[in-house]
Amino acid sequence: MKLKLKIWRQKSVEMEGSLVDYQLADVSPDSSFLEMLDLLNEQMISEGEEPVAFDHDCREGICGTCSLTINGIPHGPQKATTTCQLHMRHFRDGETIVIEPFRARPFPVISDLIVDRAAFDGIVQIGGFITARTGSAPDGNAIPISKGVADKSMDAAACIGCGACVAACKNASAMLFVGAKVAHLNLLPQGAAEKDRRVLSMVSQMDRAGFGNCTNFGECSAVCPKEIPLDVIAKMNRDYATASLKNIFSQVG
Amino acid sequence: MNPFRQLLQSSLGKKYLMALTGVVLAGFVLGHMAGNVQIFLPPEYINTYGHKLQSLPGVALWGIRGFLLLCLAVHVWLAFVLTIENRLARPLRYEAEDTVEATISSRAMPYTGLILLFFIIFHILHYTVRSVYDYSNLPYDLHGEVVHDIYAMMYLGFTHWWVSIFYIIAMSLLCMHLAHGVSSMFQTMGVRNDKWRPFLNKAALAYGWIVYLGFISIPIAVLLTEYGGLPILDKEHIEATQTLAKTLTLIHP
Ligand code: HEM
Ligand code: FES
Repeated sequence: MKLKLKIWRQKSVEMEGSLVDYQLADVSPDSSFLEMLDLLNEQMISEGEEPVAFDHDCREGICGTCSLTINGIPHGPQKATTTCQLHMRHFRDGETIVIEPFRARPFPVISDLIVDRAAFDGIVQIGGFITARTGSAPDGNAIPISKGVADKSMDAAACIGCGACVAACKNASAMLFVGAKVAHLNLLPQGAAEKDRRVLSMVSQMDRAGFGNCTNFGECSAVCPKEIPLDVIAKMNRDYATASLKNIFSQVG
Repeated sequence: MNPFRQLLQSSLGKKYLMALTGVVLAGFVLGHMAGNVQIFLPPEYINTYGHKLQSLPGVALWGIRGFLLLCLAVHVWLAFVLTIENRLARPLRYEAEDTVEATISSRAMPYTGLILLFFIIFHILHYTVRSVYDYSNLPYDLHGEVVHDIYAMMYLGFTHWWVSIFYIIAMSLLCMHLAHGVSSMFQTMGVRNDKWRPFLNKAALAYGWIVYLGFISIPIAVLLTEYGGLPILDKEHIEATQTLAKTLTLIHP
């Protein structure tokens, strides 16, 4: 395959970036999107140019490190697929592909296509855990959990924190991510004890980081490589409302 | 921080207020439409209805008006705040932006809302304050009591073609606003899930269309009666009112 690439190049957070055109030939339709970029970088290195910086780690669709907004869609056109699992056969020979970083104020561009997603870490650090006694591991089945609840929690726990929801949202809102983290623990008996405190602090942290406000477009869930459902946002909204009322009139758990 | 302030300043707190004021406004427009289509009945009906509303005790009348205006003010204020925050959350837009899921109605919310705001101001000046055209002397004999002839006022108002066109355009924007908003508010309040979402989306669309068709049927009927010669509305009644106006002055408009 032959491709025309328009790639966002930006030296650092402070510098301004722009789209730069590249031509790439002999791309195998069976290669992954990141392998295609590897090919480009090898070519650039051999020509003495600075290669394109992009994020990746597992290349198995499980770590959430890869990113990229491909032709305007985070993780590209293939549904429920991370960029590392996206293959070039989904593109046409001779196609022009625009590659941009995930864009949001809380995700500053560090270099080219790499953005700093530490804002997500901050949200998880403030509430994405349960306060448990350490020491000997508890018996796995000591606390019974019904199948339906376990499934819902598991659906939310599938979130790999890649940030595509923020990147796709027209408001750069992080509510699908935060909803997933809240729902994942709040649904389970182990997490329920701290559900009010968790949702209050995670939403506050999300607001402090400067993410936008959800207006229920549904773009986030549509591009999510793990297909996190919009339900988690409704669940977060519900939990936050009850937690706020308890916070005002009684005592949060 | 004071828990009440924390709620009101949070992204979700603002969204709750947006949804709650949205419920009030959406309920109001449906009721308003249902009241207005009484124009298709003989003049006595809508004039009796209007007279009853106007002769509510001052506290009730102004209480209701004040409450509606307060809801509108909060809704508009938060619309501005949230929309500005959303724009700030993505200072640099994508060069190639695509949309996977979001409907046109959802994306247009700030714009349909803004034009509706101008419409509402005009509409209140036109038919409530009556400062656009003079409708102060339209007497109607309601079982011996001289009351304001709402039937004639509505009819005369819509004989100005530009008023009718503006009204019909504004109502189509209201239809869009409701088509997204009426389902969105359930999600915001945390009472929507993947099972209910398709139904609520359809219900919101139906809600928008019912309000739309109900409202626009009136200017269309007026234009067809006045300029198309179709006997949909009681044109003789308008002439009779104008004759009566020459001999009788309305005591309380
Ligand atoms: C009759 C007048 C109006 C009605 C019935 C109405 C109704 C609604 C409803 C039901 C919602 C959904 C709330 C939610 O998603 O939780 C909404 C949202 C919204 N409205 Fe209105 N509204 C009206 C006027 C306005 C005006 C005058 C403006 C702006 C100047 C406005 C701007 C917005 C915006 C920006 C949203 C948020 C979009 C979103 O969350 O999806 N609306 N409205
Ligand atoms: S690199 Fe790990 S998910 Fe793509």
